[in-house]
Amino acid sequence: MLEALNITKKFAGVTALNAVNLRLMPGKVTAIIGENGAGKSTLMKILSGVYPDYEGKIVYKGQEVHFANPREAQHGGIAIIHQELNLIPDLSIFENIYLGRELTDQWGFVDRKAMRSNTQQLLERLKLNVSPNSLINELKVGQQQVVEIAKALLTDADVLIMDEPTSAISEQEVDVLFGIIEALRDEGKTIVYISHKLDELFKIADAYIVMRDGCVMESGEMGDVDHDGLINKMVGREIQLLGQAHRAVGEEVLLSVEGMSLQDTRIKQNLIVDHVSFQLRRGEILGLFGLMGAGRTELLETIVGMHHARRSGTVWMEERTLHLKSPQQAIREGIVLVPEDRKKNGLVLNLDIKTNVSLSRLSEVTELGFINRKKDLELARQYVDSLKIKCSSPMQQTKNLSGGNQQKVVLARCLVTKPRVLLLDEPTRGIDPHAKNEIYKLIVSLAEKGMSIVVVSSELPEILGLSDRVMVMCEGKLTATFQAHEANEDNVLRAAIPKTI
Amino acid sequence: MIQQRSKIAKFQSLIALLLMCVVLSLLSDKFLTFANGWNVLRQISVNVCISVGMTLVILTAGIDLSVGSILAFSGAIAAGLLKFGIALPTYDLYIGFTLLGALLAGTLVGAALGTFNGFVITKFKVPPFVATLAMLTIARGFTMLWTKGYPISSLGKEFSFIGTGWFLGIPVLVWIAAIVVLLATILTNRTAFGKYIYAIGGNESAAKLSGININSVKIWVYALAGILAAVGGIMVTSRLNSAQPNAGLSYELDSIAAVVIGGTSLAGGRGTIIGTVLGAMIIGVLNNGLVLMDVSPFWQQVVKGVVILLAVIIDKANHKEE
Repeated sequence: MLEALNITKKFAGVTALNAVNLRLMPGKVTAIIGENGAGKSTLMKILSGVYPDYEGKIVYKGQEVHFANPREAQHGGIAIIHQELNLIPDLSIFENIYLGRELTDQWGFVDRKAMRSNTQQLLERLKLNVSPNSLINELKVGQQQVVEIAKALLTDADVLIMDEPTSAISEQEVDVLFGIIEALRDEGKTIVYISHKLDELFKIADAYIVMRDGCVMESGEMGDVDHDGLINKMVGREIQLLGQAHRAVGEEVLLSVEGMSLQDTRIKQNLIVDHVSFQLRRGEILGLFGLMGAGRTELLETIVGMHHARRSGTVWMEERTLHLKSPQQAIREGIVLVPEDRKKNGLVLNLDIKTNVSLSRLSEVTELGFINRKKDLELARQYVDSLKIKCSSPMQQTKNLSGGNQQKVVLARCLVTKPRVLLLDEPTRGIDPHAKNEIYKLIVSLAEKGMSIVVVSSELPEILGLSDRVMVMCEGKLTATFQAHEANEDNVLRAAIPKTI
Repeated sequence: MIQQRSKIAKFQSLIALLLMCVVLSLLSDKFLTFANGWNVLRQISVNVCISVGMTLVILTAGIDLSVGSILAFSGAIAAGLLKFGIALPTYDLYIGFTLLGALLAGTLVGAALGTFNGFVITKFKVPPFVATLAMLTIARGFTMLWTKGYPISSLGKEFSFIGTGWFLGIPVLVWIAAIVVLLATILTNRTAFGKYIYAIGGNESAAKLSGININSVKIWVYALAGILAAVGGIMVTSRLNSAQPNAGLSYELDSIAAVVIGGTSLAGGRGTIIGTVLGAMIIGVLNNGLVLMDVSPFWQQVVKGVVILLAVIIDKANHKEE
């Protein structure tokens, strides 16, 4: 169906793809796997016309093609769902879905009615229960991802490329998505599926292609490999998956949250966080699980003092009530939030690693009003070494780092503040297994040093493998709390799924 | 790699400036003389001061349209106080101002109006464009009220020394601009405050989560822009030995042009003070050269516009992946 021959792509002298060959068959789901920076996304961007200049050739439906832009590729029938969301926040769902291919009536005017009803059908097919008129910025990241998928489905593409489509959506939605993918495959579509979540690939993929360092290392049938074998092929070395943490945690309560609520911005009666109370012990890793829209992110945000006008409830730290009104005050009290979306809320991408790391604590390296550059660099170097951030130097701009290393820079920036409570929102979203493992180890070692940590995650194995205690939220409410040994996929998920649909 | 390229980009405006100088000195024998050189530097010194403030504002992803009006008002305040002082007949009170007192008062007015800008922008979430557009007309109105629409002239030899005098072989105006540039360069490169400016412009929500007090940094930045506009106002007033009610008209546009030509991104987070200085020089040399070559002032405006476009297009090409 689609064949790539000897594709080479260089970015300003750096080879991102090196003579890659690839063959995609109709009626099959082909998984492309590899660590971040292996070249998967670059290859997909070439196939879908995003990068028009490359060496090599692409044969599509038996003819050599060269797409000059994504539009041409779309017309040819190749659609891509990018890892990063490409939606316009102030437009509605249906306007986004039809962007650039609006339906018009016989007078040449935009036919909103038709677009709206088609969108409604699409959303129903994807089981996304929101109005086509909703604005994108009213949606959660997970819902936005579903809209992104709807957008690709609309083009009636023959080849559908999905780059990490499940990185922001809950397991329930993953099942819906897989149902759709299976249906599309049975219609004879060619599907490319990129994901770090190997379990998903075993569920959905028929064939696999392993990439490493810009080359295709291996390909074959999914049935011929197992989980560990696939991981070994990806990293080229054995990696150890995190075992269940069974650590002794003391009884001493460090942080205590009582009756925390957050009102919706427009409908005041709606509570996004609904009277949540919990206690966090010293040195404890508390896993917080919930489907999208459960209010996990918002809970963490209210704890560090954001949205204080719409918030009610109390936060105690060691018997002392905190009245936090900004993340700045929270940092002063030793509570720091590592946000979910590192590019949007975590990093200043234009600045170098050094400045990003020391941003929260520039006062510490300032002498007589001037930044002591040596101290500043030393501070950064210390964290670059201890967190194993892969970079040419601490002066490297953060936008050139891989996702895993960017995440480590955000973590470093938060650790520099010497927090006692670390709130991690999806700390391993969209990063490769190797970096993931490093971050798990770091979290455990921080807890062992006495830091209290809350980990929000959509990935059950991550929550179950990491937490001393698991808390589950659903529709803003706290629905269950389990000790590590009581928690399993079944009871945690059960508590997370809304009772009334 | 990108750092390397941005280094080349920095040189690009320098190369453009040098190239212009070479071409102009070939086209006009009056261009490459000491007298003309000082003349150009004196002419751009006011724009450099304002543009330094504008750079700080634009680095935070803001804009300040009110600098021209603040310049006029601060200059008029300084001139008025120096010449007439404050008379309050009802209390039978007269307050006279020394030169230093008048200059300080003018600068304080600039600081106050700038702070007001920052306050409106941060506390009431008014977009910088709108808030400073309002200040543009407010400060111009105050200027008219204060001067009653007439110039305040004959301000004394001491005062006009700032605008026309020389110190250690260099015009005082150029000294002032150089000191402003030096301080601002240190501020942006070597202080925490400077890093906060870049961080806020680069990613405001990340800066907030890093514990930076966004509002206070922004208010300071607009206050600094106001202070520098006031300094510019004193320079202009002193050079003419007269405070004109319509001084500084559309200076904000020249200032934004200098910042943009100097490679600062209007989206915030990227740019340098030294780039802005080069930008101001390019505009200054261009103006001067076109005058020397007897080009019609109407054409001068067209040429200036084309240069702004070219600068931004080249800058875009240098930062393609953004």
